Amino acid sequence: MTNSVNLIMDGREISARQGLTILEAAQEVGIEIPTLCYHKDLNPFGACNLCSVEIQQNGSSRIVASCAYPVEPGLRVKTRSPKIDKIRRMLIEVVAPRVSQGGTLRGRLRRLADEYGANSSRFASKSTAEPLECILCGLCVRYCAEVKKMNAIGFVGRGIDRQVVLYPAKAQQCYQCKACYKVCPTGKIAVSMPKVAGDFPSEFCVDAYLSTHGTKLHKLSSLEQI
Amino acid sequence: MVSKLRSKHALDELCKTILEERAKDNAKLLVTVCNGTGCRAGGSAAVIEELKHEIVSQGLTDKVNIRTTGCHGFCEAGPMFIVQPGDIFYQRLKVENMADIVRETIIGGNIIDNLLYTNPVDGATYIHQSDIPFYRGQQRIILGSNSRIDPCNIEDYIALGGYSALAKAFEQDSGQIIEEIKESELRGRGGAGFPTGVKWEATRKAYGEPKYVIVNCDEGDPGAFMDRTLMEGNPHLIIEGLIIGAYAIGTNEGIIYVRAEYPLALSNTEVALRQAEAYGLLGNDILGSGFNFHVRIHRGAGAFVSGESSAMVSAMQGEPGEPRLKYVHLAEFGLKGRPTNINNVETWANVPLIIDKGASWFNSIGTERSKGTKIFCLTGCVNNTGLVEVPMGMPLRDLIQDIGGGVPNNKKVKAVQVGGPSGGLIPEQHLHTAIDFDELSKMGAMMGSGGLIVMDEDTCVVDMAKFFVDFCCEESCGKCIAGREGLRIMREYLNEICAGEAGADAIEAIEDIAELMRDASLCALCRTAANPVITSLRYFREEYEDHIGQKRCPAKVCPSLVNYYVDPLKCNSMCDLCLSNCPSKAVQGRKFKPLWIDQEKCIKCGICSDVCSHRYKAVSKFSGEQVPSRFLRKGR
Repeated sequence: MTNSVNLIMDGREISARQGLTILEAAQEVGIEIPTLCYHKDLNPFGACNLCSVEIQQNGSSRIVASCAYPVEPGLRVKTRSPKIDKIRRMLIEVVAPRVSQGGTLRGRLRRLADEYGANSSRFASKSTAEPLECILCGLCVRYCAEVKKMNAIGFVGRGIDRQVVLYPAKAQQCYQCKACYKVCPTGKIAVSMPKVAGDFPSEFCVDAYLSTHGTKLHKLSSLEQI
Repeated sequence: MVSKLRSKHALDELCKTILEERAKDNAKLLVTVCNGTGCRAGGSAAVIEELKHEIVSQGLTDKVNIRTTGCHGFCEAGPMFIVQPGDIFYQRLKVENMADIVRETIIGGNIIDNLLYTNPVDGATYIHQSDIPFYRGQQRIILGSNSRIDPCNIEDYIALGGYSALAKAFEQDSGQIIEEIKESELRGRGGAGFPTGVKWEATRKAYGEPKYVIVNCDEGDPGAFMDRTLMEGNPHLIIEGLIIGAYAIGTNEGIIYVRAEYPLALSNTEVALRQAEAYGLLGNDILGSGFNFHVRIHRGAGAFVSGESSAMVSAMQGEPGEPRLKYVHLAEFGLKGRPTNINNVETWANVPLIIDKGASWFNSIGTERSKGTKIFCLTGCVNNTGLVEVPMGMPLRDLIQDIGGGVPNNKKVKAVQVGGPSGGLIPEQHLHTAIDFDELSKMGAMMGSGGLIVMDEDTCVVDMAKFFVDFCCEESCGKCIAGREGLRIMREYLNEICAGEAGADAIEAIEDIAELMRDASLCALCRTAANPVITSLRYFREEYEDHIGQKRCPAKVCPSLVNYYVDPLKCNSMCDLCLSNCPSKAVQGRKFKPLWIDQEKCIKCGICSDVCSHRYKAVSKFSGEQVPSRFLRKGR
């Protein structure tokens, strides 16, 4: 099962195993494509689109997320172009106000902002999001579900109200696991998780809460906001 | 208990028997009452109740039949009904009209003139539904039978030749059916306009069992209700289309996804499924063909984003309704990882017609690349609101002026929003644009599912764009950065523009974000969510610039940029309507003197202007312009 596919990436002819995505094929030959929501052990998610690349097929060009697009024979891929650079620059600019109030970036995001010339404070006054330091990449949620099979952390809310929360009924085990601490790209989880085992909301808490407060689930304050 | 139909012959016989029985009944009068959601909201239930009561009390039960049908489309004129024979169309009915109708029309055979439809444009009255300009310009190949069918009675549908297309389909093999659909050039009516036959073929050829066919009835655009009306009014048409599709694709499992906010559509579909099963049109060995097919209903929990096909699949699997990257199509990897074919309600409804009358009949209607008809929801500033079905290729202006009857109060059309939150704004000077998938896309709008909102000159395009962006902020999934953060920041810019607080960089920033959303969003919802903003900027850029540069709202809509003043020359001085209705006590003055408005206290709700407009029109709005001195309090 080692069918390989030939494609052209940034002008180089490369060969990749069938079934790989453009991103994986690029990594194998040492072409760097930036990502925020990608993790090698997880299914492609498509949240950040920082990995956008331009592909050319049948004479027409389109932009796709390289973390999910499978390699095809004869595909022509451009991982950098003025168009792609602008997308990446804009993505960093719009997500920066979520990371810190003034748009101050650190670590990988800082390096990406410098590389693509992003003005991280451009929209600082326009984003009404709380500076949650969470970019909602979903790495913690997916790592917990797909690798740890625990589903202790997840998304609630829709649209611009989307948030990550701990599910109290499962959160007791979090203190022993802490796997999501490592995958979080902003370090938010390690900062905001309870510091002692007893502080984690437990199954017992939820039951006790429900029995004393009826079934007003929406008042479930023990849904810990990360 | 009916016996199950086991052959085409049995179906034909049943149809004949129903028609013969009904012919015997011909001496009877038939009243078909619209009981769609629009008319229900207008009080049709009470009207029907009163009509029945009146008929019973006059001892006419064996002379009159009442049939409650689905939506007739003309919601502006509801509740309504048609009396047969005579084809008399009565509209805007009230409970108290029923006694008159029974006495005059049903017993006396006379027509009551003041219940007939009067055209607000020229004052002409019409007796027959089909003569009314609203209906005359339409080509109702799908919607037409809505007003003749009780959706809870399968025999009404069979009497009109229902399920004969299915019987015909069983005489062909699946390849022939797919060829027929491809030849008809039917394109998906859910918005994107993908060729239906190509999609079916891909699902048929895909590897994996079982396969699924799904009806997408998760409509959620503001002001759009095409799918609801079809599902409520003629569920068997969709079920028949679905069975034909399932037979062509080669699957035994179908699902109808209906949003839970459509209770009537849900209950009518449930009844229809039960009846179809009882008649042997669903279940095992349908019409003796050996083909088995089962359908169930999935209730959606009411998320706009779940109408996106991959989000719908997630929702059906019990996961959050969020889209995924679709580089591997649903036709190969859909529900539970199996090949899945999802089509919109209206697409399915076209299928029996194509099979029955042939692909060449279907593609003789419409334009070169858009065939057949399209149902639109005509709403907004237009005289005849309601549901219309027109052939593709009709210019938008004809739709608005001839069928819609133009704008009320002799105002002018400023623009139309075509295609809901994903669609775009088409200004008056481009209303010659034909209704066609590609023509509309060229204008920056899209067919979408068929919402059509008419705006008059008193509409502010920035305010309108803000409304749709607000809608998407709440109704998108929030999964991708470009969509979520893009919408959030764009909304903030639009709020600032409407409040007169935006900086000079606002338009450039909005355009950058719109471009980002189009290129780097996960699914079509956010890729198109900026369309209302992009098109309004394209055609009405100067209005944006007025808001930003001159702090002026040209349409005088945005509250922060508008001030209300009383014109002392028009104020009657004796009436205190504005004074007594002002919630913030901003209207002030003494008896027998013209009133004036304290600008500090005014919250700009516009109530004073509304209450005065019927009589003296003394309250004027000013935005970013010099207020004439007589309006100012000084010197009074």
